[in-house]
Amino acid sequence: MKMIHSLFLINCSGDIFLEKHWKSVVSQSVCDYFFEAQEKAADVENVPPVISTPHHYLISIYRDKLFFVSVIQTEVPPLFVIEFLHRVADTFQDYFGECSEAAIKDNVVIVYELLEEMLDNGFPLATESNILKELIKPPTILRSVVNSITGSSNVGDTLPTGQLSNIPWRRAGVKYTNNEAYFDVIEEIDAIIDKSGSTVFAEIQGVIDACIKLSGMPDLSLSFMNPRLLDDVSFHPCIRFKRWESERVLSFIPPDGNFRLISYRVSSQNLVAIPVYVKHSISFKENSSCGRFDITIGPKQNMGKTIEGITVTVHMPKVVLNMNLTPTQGSYTFDPVTKVLTWDVGKITPQKLPSLKGLVNLQSGAPKPEENPSLNIQFKIQQLAISGLKVNRLDMYGEKYKPFKGVKYVTKAGKFQVRT
Amino acid sequence: MSSNSFSYNEQSGGGEAAELGQEATSTISPSGAFGLFSSDLKKNEDLKQMLESNKDSAKLDAMKRIVGMIAKGKNASELFPAVVKNVASKNIEIKKLVYVYLVRYAEEQQDLALLSISTFQRALKDPNQLIRASALRVLSSIRVPIIVPIMMLAIKEASADLSPYVRKNAAHAIQKLYSLDPEQKEMLIEVIEKLLKDKSTLVAGSVVMAFEEVCPDRIDLIHKNYRKLCNLLVDVEEWGQVVIIHMLTRYARTQFVSPWKEGDELEDNEKNFYESDDDQKEKTDKRKKPYTMDPDHRLLIRNTKPLLQSRNAAVVMAVAQLYWHISPKSEAGIISKSLVRLLRSNREVQYIVLQNIATMSIQRKGMFEPYLKSFYVRSTDPTMIKTLKLEILTNLANEANISTLLREFQTYVKSQDKQFAAATIQTIGRCATNILEVTDTCLNGLVCLLSNRDEIVVAESVVVIKKLLQMQPAQHGEIIKHMAKLLDSITVPVARASILWLIGENCERVPKIAPDVLRKMAKSFTSEDDLVKLQILNLGAKLYLTNSKQTKLLTQYILNLGKYDQNYDIRDRTRFIRQLIVPNEKSGALSKYAKKIFLAQKPAPLLESPFKDRDHFQLGTLSHTLNVKATGYLELSNWPEVAPDPSVRNVEVIELAKEWTPAGKAKQENSAKKFYSESEEEEDSSDSSSDSESESGSESGEQGQSGEEGDSSEDSSEDSSSEQDSESGRDSGQENKRTAKRNSKAKGKSDSEDGEKENEKSKTSDSSSAESSSIEDSSSDSESESESESESESRRVTKEKEKKTKQDRTPVAKDVSLLDLDDFNPVSTPVALPPPALSPSLMADLEGLNLSTSSSVISENIY
Repeated sequence: MKMIHSLFLINCSGDIFLEKHWKSVVSQSVCDYFFEAQEKAADVENVPPVISTPHHYLISIYRDKLFFVSVIQTEVPPLFVIEFLHRVADTFQDYFGECSEAAIKDNVVIVYELLEEMLDNGFPLATESNILKELIKPPTILRSVVNSITGSSNVGDTLPTGQLSNIPWRRAGVKYTNNEAYFDVIEEIDAIIDKSGSTVFAEIQGVIDACIKLSGMPDLSLSFMNPRLLDDVSFHPCIRFKRWESERVLSFIPPDGNFRLISYRVSSQNLVAIPVYVKHSISFKENSSCGRFDITIGPKQNMGKTIEGITVTVHMPKVVLNMNLTPTQGSYTFDPVTKVLTWDVGKITPQKLPSLKGLVNLQSGAPKPEENPSLNIQFKIQQLAISGLKVNRLDMYGEKYKPFKGVKYVTKAGKFQVRT
Repeated sequence: MSSNSFSYNEQSGGGEAAELGQEATSTISPSGAFGLFSSDLKKNEDLKQMLESNKDSAKLDAMKRIVGMIAKGKNASELFPAVVKNVASKNIEIKKLVYVYLVRYAEEQQDLALLSISTFQRALKDPNQLIRASALRVLSSIRVPIIVPIMMLAIKEASADLSPYVRKNAAHAIQKLYSLDPEQKEMLIEVIEKLLKDKSTLVAGSVVMAFEEVCPDRIDLIHKNYRKLCNLLVDVEEWGQVVIIHMLTRYARTQFVSPWKEGDELEDNEKNFYESDDDQKEKTDKRKKPYTMDPDHRLLIRNTKPLLQSRNAAVVMAVAQLYWHISPKSEAGIISKSLVRLLRSNREVQYIVLQNIATMSIQRKGMFEPYLKSFYVRSTDPTMIKTLKLEILTNLANEANISTLLREFQTYVKSQDKQFAAATIQTIGRCATNILEVTDTCLNGLVCLLSNRDEIVVAESVVVIKKLLQMQPAQHGEIIKHMAKLLDSITVPVARASILWLIGENCERVPKIAPDVLRKMAKSFTSEDDLVKLQILNLGAKLYLTNSKQTKLLTQYILNLGKYDQNYDIRDRTRFIRQLIVPNEKSGALSKYAKKIFLAQKPAPLLESPFKDRDHFQLGTLSHTLNVKATGYLELSNWPEVAPDPSVRNVEVIELAKEWTPAGKAKQENSAKKFYSESEEEEDSSDSSSDSESESGSESGEQGQSGEEGDSSEDSSEDSSSEQDSESGRDSGQENKRTAKRNSKAKGKSDSEDGEKENEKSKTSDSSSAESSSIEDSSSDSESESESESESESRRVTKEKEKKTKQDRTPVAKDVSLLDLDDFNPVSTPVALPPPALSPSLMADLEGLNLSTSSSVISENIY
């Protein structure tokens, strides 16, 4: 396993705008195989992540309109590379606020320094954000001003103690005047609803994102009122497996700053409450160049909370030329090129249900679409974890001060699809 | 020229902002009107001057611009002499960037690169471990053969470094040196052997990596470290975990006997996995076969389990493949939940995971059946994900769930993504052949699709129907007639060829239609696709043999057309058919059998999954994904033959089962645990402030255990002696280490002082706080260690819990089947409709569509 040999960053128009080699240099021309595959795939989403070329293998990811193409020479678990590339993109995001071509080009030196630290001879070295930030300081406007005056640099001149300790994810010597620990319980409902409104498939996927600003080396344990709900959990490396297995308590020394503590799935045995329903009637007339479009959204099983941030996205069939619709609330757009209809609804007031009605203009002469498009729905419910998960308490050991603690619950639509 | 550039420098030397601006413009339009070369040259001159200035800020700016050039793939090699001078810079950032440059260009400028070596050699002795480590990193990354001996020496020294971080880098350097000069293999193996004994979690992943790279066949090096690796695994960093798990999988397959009982596979396929799980275990317990799992085998399986909950998809997949390849089949079920969880991740992860699930689901359906609905397709999935999901759904289809699935498939067929719709039709065909109960339903459904307005859908349906009809001889005259009519409208060559072949095969069942079809085809012969032409020839031949009265002339006409066709395959086929069927004086003995040859019973095509035989590649590997053996793929060996060969086991007893005896498993486990945890603590404490007492304590414990073993096990008397030898050898080794540590302790102190001084220059207060926290750090850690010990006992409790949850699950499974039954009725009725005749308007619609080829190829029916 020689792991990652080289990395090329390619933008959507096919320009290679950054290359990094961890071993001998591999010519850019190796990317031609990638471009070939890209052409064949027609759609960026369909470019195969693993491509075999005569002398190399190319493993790529597509993130934020950029392709990260890595060159591999020998057998390696593909997920290893994919996961690493995503980690690289995450790091860029973390450092520059966005993972875009412009941000990377503007910070090319930091990017290079990061890549140098993240991979040694093609094998991951330091991938924890806490450690990297000690080695290489992220750019801020203030710092760049200070640097240009004092001539100091972005490179940390102290040892990253984390890397060397048994808690590689936490940097040492953390100090805050206000000690705070926030947890966001975010649940997403994935669902497929069929024509008649019955649920074909539904499950709840949740994450707990933490923002921890605590001094020293706090040892936290987070417990739930109803931990049994969590059917399948994946952990940040800081969590002690055994405590969870025996007591269902999350016990950990947290990294400093923002991180994802756990992701979980709520067991599929539990019936999933579907907070909205959609009434729809979409029809295309035979031998005519128009059709009708009529959808109404209403609340259902919303636990008495307001449903807000509703957006409906519909990929209309290719033959649709234009749409003349009237929303009772919110605004809609239809892009005649991509054929995507977006209706930004806002929140539901049960007294007057939002609806969107009107005519669809079809390309004349073309056969009527075989299938009605499915509706992708987005929504958000504040202060509710739809699964009913509740945090019981957060205890801190190892430090003397009293931290400020907070928990927030949000439910969102994940991949929520209504077939029509 | 020179004066020119000088003035330029003067200008830019004034302000850095102007400098940066210059750079920005030059990147935007590298090929200005004045040509590349002059401007490039100018710029480089300028960079050289900056590098030679005595201001750090100028140097830094120059280096930043050079790194920018490297990043864009521009050549900056001519700056080498100017850059290499700065390798000893005091400024850390300049130094780092110089390192970046060196690693990139040293290979091209070997002689000049040597200038930098002495700097690294000095840095290797630096009191700061980070500097030592980075010096080693860069030194070993410079691919200059002449310094191989220096590298070797540096690696050897670093591998004995006190800092685990430096040792980790030494492990990385091993691979670099090996790829530079494979001749060093033997020496490097020695270093690997030494580092494998390292107890730091930091080193473990990297050294195993080096092992896999340099000497993956030296499995003997692992024996002694096997248990340590198993026990450290949870605490190793994620990337190291993946490498270690893959290595241990291979190891287990060479060292343990198969835990798979004979006939397991059958059971797996036929029974619902979850329901039969507990029974099966009991049964096997009762039968008490001679097989008992090696405790070490069990150790590996047990210690990898928690990693299924890693956030890192690669780790989860690594554990999943380990369970798949080495755990008893009844235990592999736990991986499915975690794999399904990964499907929530980004598309690349989904792609790889789905591929692996596809392979698994062929062999052990039961594993993924409870998650059937997780594989339902969304219209927003990329096509490659859709087709993989479809593949898995097909593999999971059985009598119980087929009706639900077929209903789901109906939605897919209507998808706007036509490639996916076509794949769905093939899937329906496969379900129809695999599950006999629904063959007719599927066939009817497919016939309905023949009136679809999309030509790709129709073509695919035709091809699949052809295959299905071939499997079910006779009584489908109606469908064939229906398809014959389609010939007027459908243009996809594969579909046309399929229809013609079907009519030819069944020409005696549709005696009226067949000659008429031939007549039409004779008319359009010249404009048909080659594929269709071949089938027209075949149809002609078959009709000539069965119904020569009506078709003799037609066939001869077609044969004449074929004789002058542009394609030689067709000419060839024509000649061949003519010789075979048309009697003449030259015709050989074969003519007599012409009818038998043409109208023989042909075996039905097997509709198989493309993932059928993929499992001969280790799951989760690149080779598995590509279905081709990738360079450097390490074969997973078959389990060694069952017990009879005692020598293999003996080796294991010597090498592995030091603390293990056949009797009293549970107790043994505990003692083994203690041993390792103690040694771990020893490592921890010695890292922070080496405590010699605890070390000696653990050592005596070790010896006590080995003595115990001598008592309890009768058969290992000879073994134990050799063991003690090795033990004492190790002891003395540790003794040495300890003294070394003591020596270096004092040194370490002075080191840290030095470091502090350095720090004080920039930040005064930092160092002291860092120190205090690091102490806290280690103490809290040992606490957690002891905690985990006590928790190990509670594992049994959790096991019980697991059982409970399993029991919980069974009634739900029933629920699902009930649902399925409910589903069955409404679905089967619409699908089972009699084939409707094609309305003329629809046919007209079909005609308007474009010609396009579909993916499948008929290869089974040449005649």
